[in-house]
Amino acid sequence: MNLFNVNRFAKLTMVSLLALPAAVQAETAYVSNEKSDTLTIIDTDSLEVTNTVDVGMRPRGIIFSQDYKYLYICASESDAVQVMDVATNRILHNLPSGEDPEQFALHPNNRHLYIANEDSAVVTVVDTESRTVIAQIDVGIEPEGMAVSPDGKWVINTSETTNMLHWIDTSTHELVDNTLVDQRPRHVEFSKDGSLVWASAEIGGTVAIVDTTTRQINHTIRFKIPGVHRDKIQPVGIKLTDDGKYAFIALGPANHVAVVDAKTYEVLDYLLVGRRVWQLAFADNHSKLLTTNGVSGDVSVIDVNKLKVVKTIKAGRYPWGVVVKP
Amino acid sequence: MRFIATTTKSLCWLFLLQKSAFAAVQNIDILYVKLHAEMSAEPLLLKQPADNKTLAGAKLAIEDSNTTGRFLKQHYQLTVVEDNNADGVISQLKRLLSVQEAPGTVLVDVPENAFNAVSEVIRGSGALVMNISSREDALRQSQCAEKVLHTVPSRAMLADAMTQYLMSRRWREWFLVSGNSDGDKAFASALQRSAKRFGANIVEQKQWSFDTDLRRVAQKEIPLFTQHDDYDVVVVADEQHLFDKYFPGNTWLPRPVVGTEGLVPTGWHWTLEQWGATQLQNRFYSQFAREMTESDYAAWLAVRAISEAVTRTKSTASDVLYDYLLSDSFELAAFKGRKLSFRAWNGQLRQPIPLVHPNGLTALLPLEGYMHPVTDLDTLGYDKPEVRCNMAK
Repeated sequence: MNLFNVNRFAKLTMVSLLALPAAVQAETAYVSNEKSDTLTIIDTDSLEVTNTVDVGMRPRGIIFSQDYKYLYICASESDAVQVMDVATNRILHNLPSGEDPEQFALHPNNRHLYIANEDSAVVTVVDTESRTVIAQIDVGIEPEGMAVSPDGKWVINTSETTNMLHWIDTSTHELVDNTLVDQRPRHVEFSKDGSLVWASAEIGGTVAIVDTTTRQINHTIRFKIPGVHRDKIQPVGIKLTDDGKYAFIALGPANHVAVVDAKTYEVLDYLLVGRRVWQLAFADNHSKLLTTNGVSGDVSVIDVNKLKVVKTIKAGRYPWGVVVKP
Repeated sequence: MRFIATTTKSLCWLFLLQKSAFAAVQNIDILYVKLHAEMSAEPLLLKQPADNKTLAGAKLAIEDSNTTGRFLKQHYQLTVVEDNNADGVISQLKRLLSVQEAPGTVLVDVPENAFNAVSEVIRGSGALVMNISSREDALRQSQCAEKVLHTVPSRAMLADAMTQYLMSRRWREWFLVSGNSDGDKAFASALQRSAKRFGANIVEQKQWSFDTDLRRVAQKEIPLFTQHDDYDVVVVADEQHLFDKYFPGNTWLPRPVVGTEGLVPTGWHWTLEQWGATQLQNRFYSQFAREMTESDYAAWLAVRAISEAVTRTKSTASDVLYDYLLSDSFELAAFKGRKLSFRAWNGQLRQPIPLVHPNGLTALLPLEGYMHPVTDLDTLGYDKPEVRCNMAK
């Protein structure tokens, strides 16, 4: 394993040295592999794996600092959020994260990280500069999805067994309201203007559209794929295109990504990807969408303009999260 | 950091207490009836069932529901009634039911032969019965009753799950061995039904004689006992595990052992870690310092089902909860990879069944390919057309 990495590293260093001028344009995707405790790094232009980096145990949620200098990694079983120097792929230090961090969101102030601690029913707020915990907020059982509103006013956390979106006021770090949704809410995503929240319920099989002002559900999206039992349609990751046209929703063990009209909420298409698709990320100016497929251990690449799957890239074991650096 | 957590928590509680002074808190009292079973052979001290067997699952679910309840101004509480004899438990139960403000829910954890008597008393008070202990098929097939729901899988469900797996491996020829308790005989019948249903063939059926002390002579006795021309598996039905443990790796022909030992169908097992199950296992372990068993899980399910119904209907009335639980709207996430719901025609909670050996999960049933017009979960256990009783009011 080590030998393999060393060889690979040497080879890659040579390749990247030779190809340096051309590499500037391409974006770079980072995929966390839950079971192999690594990150797979993918060049989004060539769609090839360029490096594999060892990180802490059970890496799941990953997120960049706003300047893309640091990558924050939820190393769930190391009970730490690791901070990786993106330039060198080295882990710089750990942040105090609370137990079993799974997902998190970075405030627009680029400083406060809101971390869902799955085992202890709290959201931990960490100051990434002073590396201290500045608040812990009690939420429901098995906190999971995290999102910060574009204006930085709200943090939403989903709790999987309590079945709620918890609304946290970032100025006071108080939990101020809850929205009951369907079974096992996994992920929340704000619309670009922050007026709506898309929330997936994995076991409920639905996506709720929640109004940020009233904190009530406006609409519920349901899915139906011929030949796939409805219980296997389990929405998790959600991504919205910047132009407000599409929402992409990963449907877990249904092995499809739903394409939804972001205005009418009509499901337009289902794209077949790898097995147990969980998280999504856009690349190359929203022209590509990458999906992590846990069971098949790969990443599918969707052409956003053609709405077609164009490539499958082998990753590590149980790819979980994916983020893209321009 | 632990300090911060505690402080924040207590502040939060203070805040909630203040808040609750202004808004009414919904109190949900759940009764838990436990009648201690007599064991036909006392197991080794090391292997005694935990004192809080089953009850621990209910306690965890009460805690889970109260965490959710904080946000909804609901408070759940468990009152335990327990005794060593049926009359004692029934008279205590009657006393408590007579003073209940309104009919609530009672979790029933009693030996199978006492179930009907206890259930009648509860139903007579208008309360809802949650069966968390009896696997008896008759309760789901010929004696199902209004306001009696089952979160524990029936023997037929367990047998069907195991049989689906055996058929997928083409292990069709069975050598069946059963013990002499009522439960063993009932499980053997369930296995016979499953064999017929899925096309397996019982080539030999024997009852264990209990003539020898297997602790000394297992290696001599079991191979002789299992002598036969050929078979694909040895199926054991020994619910109290008096002899089944001596079978694996010890049969006349080198064949797998399945049933109550070897590969075992069960409602829950510590080896489940997919679908967020690790979180439930960890929560249980950190509280009770032992594995969560299938009876703990059945109790957990019962309380979670009630609290889900209370949350969605905003009611605590047992009639409202019962109707909601049997309706199409009810769904429960329960760490088995898909939503669970009740069969409206016999009150059984549909659920996937793990097939496990002591240290690993072999399969989760139903298997893909077993088709059903409504849901493939109904390929496990008595299906609607086979049920001869009526749940209607």
